[in-house]
Amino acid sequence: MHIPDGYLGPQTYAPLFGVSVAFWSVALKRWKKELSTKHIPYLAMAAAFSFLIMMFNIPIPGGTTGHAVGGGIIAILLGPWAAVIAVSVVLIIQAVVFGDGGITAIGANCFNMAVAMPFVSYWVFKLVSGESKSPRRLYTAAFLSGHIGLTMSAILTGIEFGIQPLIAQGADGRPLYAPYPLSIAVPAMALEHMLLFSVVEGLITVLLLKYFLKHESDLVYALRAREE
Amino acid sequence: MTKSQRKLWIGLFVMALLTPFGIILPHIFNAGAAWGEWGVDKLEQLLGYTPQGLKKLSDLWKAPVPNYNLGGRDASTTLQLISYLASGVLGVAAVGLVVYLITRFMTKNDK
Repeated sequence: MHIPDGYLGPQTYAPLFGVSVAFWSVALKRWKKELSTKHIPYLAMAAAFSFLIMMFNIPIPGGTTGHAVGGGIIAILLGPWAAVIAVSVVLIIQAVVFGDGGITAIGANCFNMAVAMPFVSYWVFKLVSGESKSPRRLYTAAFLSGHIGLTMSAILTGIEFGIQPLIAQGADGRPLYAPYPLSIAVPAMALEHMLLFSVVEGLITVLLLKYFLKHESDLVYALRAREE
Repeated sequence: MTKSQRKLWIGLFVMALLTPFGIILPHIFNAGAAWGEWGVDKLEQLLGYTPQGLKKLSDLWKAPVPNYNLGGRDASTTLQLISYLASGVLGVAAVGLVVYLITRFMTKNDK
């Protein structure tokens, strides 16, 4: 889901840079206010985890590949604003050092994976888990949180690709940037994620929540936030 | 470091060791690039032309370790797998360092 350089025109990547910068500045302020030094190692581990999980390319036999992001579980454990920081750092390093995702698309990629995903995942988790303490309810909430969060992120990416032919054509009428229309880009991105990559994301979210509930239940931000 | 944190770091270390599966599995199942992440050559094959704006922007940035591969396009499979693993370790170190610097810088003005 790392949009490379050239797939988005400036009309798309520039505003998305603005949006991501706005979220970064709020996220840094929130971090300062809400989280203590005790959370620093967890933020570092969260970023490391997100970096590594994105390296596990999951194949669709004979087709494309995709990967989980970890944005959902990080939002549940450390809060959506901390997830914005952790995943953004990962995406920026991936773009700058490894050429994974474009430099011009950093704003867009951060918006999709480091902003939209953590917030959608966090809301889904809160909505589905409610005030319940039942493990089954929490794990269902975790699965849906990861699944829906990643799928939303994929749909946004599909929309950004899909609007390119509408906003920029060359003199010959051909698309200047990403060439496929919304009717192809959105279903392609949505379906491959819903059916496979988001399922993996959901399972990872459940497994990690299980670990933290067992070993460090007082860390879990989404459950702490209930009491306040 | 707490016992649980140690466990988690070990877990991350094991993940890093397993990263080559991120290359091996797609290879076994004959899966290509992610949707919308095709290189310019591949895209030209798919479309029969190259979008001009895309072409112009596509080589804007020369990443030091493109595609998590230290050996360039013609690198042997072994070198690719080792590069991938090394990139995983390098990436973890880089994101860890940046997170550390950000949070340190932010707590400086505190208290």
